[in-house]
Amino acid sequence: MSVFLAVLKRDLLLALRDGAGTWTVLGFFTIAVAVFPLGVGPEPEVLRRVAPGVLWAMALLSALLSLDTLFEADYRDGSLEALLAGQLVPELLVLAKACAHWIATGLPLTLAAPALGIFLHLPTEAMPVLFASLLLGTPVLSLLGAVGAALSLGARRATVLLAVMVLPLAVPVLVFGAGAVESAQTGLAVGPSLLILGGVALCALAVCPVAAAAALRQAVE
Amino acid sequence: MAAVSTVKALQETVLRAAQPARFVTLANMLIPWISAAAVGLLGAGLIDALALSPPDYQQGETVRIMYIHVPSAWMGLFVYALVATLGGVGLVAGHPLAFAAARAAAPLGAAFTAVCLVTGSLWGKPMWGAWWVWDARLTSMLLLLFLYFGQIALSRAFDEHRRGDKAAAVLALVGCINLPVVKFSVDWWNTLHQPASVMKLGGPAIDASMLWPLLLMAGAFKLAFFALWLVRTRTEVVEARLRAAANRARSEAMR
Repeated sequence: MSVFLAVLKRDLLLALRDGAGTWTVLGFFTIAVAVFPLGVGPEPEVLRRVAPGVLWAMALLSALLSLDTLFEADYRDGSLEALLAGQLVPELLVLAKACAHWIATGLPLTLAAPALGIFLHLPTEAMPVLFASLLLGTPVLSLLGAVGAALSLGARRATVLLAVMVLPLAVPVLVFGAGAVESAQTGLAVGPSLLILGGVALCALAVCPVAAAAALRQAVE
Repeated sequence: MAAVSTVKALQETVLRAAQPARFVTLANMLIPWISAAAVGLLGAGLIDALALSPPDYQQGETVRIMYIHVPSAWMGLFVYALVATLGGVGLVAGHPLAFAAARAAAPLGAAFTAVCLVTGSLWGKPMWGAWWVWDARLTSMLLLLFLYFGQIALSRAFDEHRRGDKAAAVLALVGCINLPVVKFSVDWWNTLHQPASVMKLGGPAIDASMLWPLLLMAGAFKLAFFALWLVRTRTEVVEARLRAAANRARSEAMR
C-alpha cells in the first residue's frame, strides 16, 4: 500500500512540478468547447441542444491528449523497468499511475466542465448531472488510456495510434455520459445512465489494470 | 479412457499441424480445394440469390443486397472473435503460428465489415431514404470497423514484429469484452434497423426461398475467408522465415 501511495505521490509531484500537463489539458478543453459556438452559431437553443455531447466529446479528447506521456518518460529513462521489478505488482502500478493521471487531468476537467456548460447555455439543473457523469466517466478514460499508452509504448506514431485504439473503446462512456446530461436537460430520469456509467467504471477498474500490466510486461521484455 | 486418448491424439495432430513447416505443406494441400469449393458455392449462391429467389413483396429487387450484406456482417463479427481467440492462444501458448494467423485474419475481417457497411448504405438509400443513419446496428458495426483499424495499426506499429503481435492480442481481448458493451450502449438509441430474423428463438422468420440462397452465400463467404486466410497465413509464415534468414545473413556478415 505504501509503495502504491509512493508511486501515486511521485507521479502527482511530477505532474505538479511540470505543471504544463494539467494546464495544457484545461486550455485545450476550453478552446475546443469555445470553438463550437463559432462553428454552429450563437443561438442558445442550438447550443443547449448540443451542449451535453460537445462537453463530453471534448472532455474525452482532452483526456486523450495527455495520455501518451503516461508511461513514456519512465519507459525512456528505464525507471519503468525498475518499477516493474519492484515490490508493487504491475497491476497496482498501473492503477497508481492511472489514479495520478486522473487527479492531474480528469478531475480538473470535471471541475471545469460546469463553467464551460455556461458557455453553451446548459441549464443549471443539468450541471450537477454533468459533474456527476464526468466524475464517474473520466476515471474510465484514464484506465482505458493506460491500456492504450502501455500498448503503444515504443511504437511508431504512438500518439495517433493511441487515439485510434482508445476512442472506439471509450464510446460507451461517451454515450451514457452525454445521455445522462441530456436526460437531465429534458427532465427524464438520470439514474439509469449514471448507474450504467458506474457499472462501466467498475468493469474498467477490473479489466484495464490487468490488460495494461500485460502490455507493460511485453514492452520491457 | 478412450475419450482421453482421443483428445490427446487430436491435440497432437493439431500441434503437429501447427508447426510452421508442416502448416505450409498442409496449406498448400488445402488451399486449392477450399478455393474451388468457395467458387462453386459462390456461383450457386449468386445464381440462387440473384435469379431464382423471389423479389420481396415490399422491398422488390433491392432485397437481393441482403445476400451480400448479411453474410459479410456475420463474417465481420466472426473474424473479430477469431482474431481475439488466436491472440489469446498466442499469448498463453506463445505459438508463432497463432500470431501469424491473427495478423493474417484481421484485415480480412475489416474488409468484410467494410463491405457490410457499404452494402448496407446502398440498401438504406432506397429503403430508408438515407445513405447513413445513426442507428444502433450501423453504429456498432462502424465501431467494429474502427476496432479493426486500431488492431491492424497496432500490430504493424513496431519494428519488432513479436511485440506488435502481442500488443495487438491484448487489444483484441479488451475489444472483445468491449464489443457487447458497445452493442448495448448503442442499442439504447432508437433503432431503424430490423431485429434479427434468421438466428433467433423459435426458428427463422424468413421464407425458405430466401433462406437458402442466404445460407449458400454465408457458406461461400466462410469458405472464401478460409481460403484467403490460409494464403495470407502462409505468406506470413514464409515472410517470417525470410526475415530470420536475412537477420542470420546480416549477423554473419558482421562477424
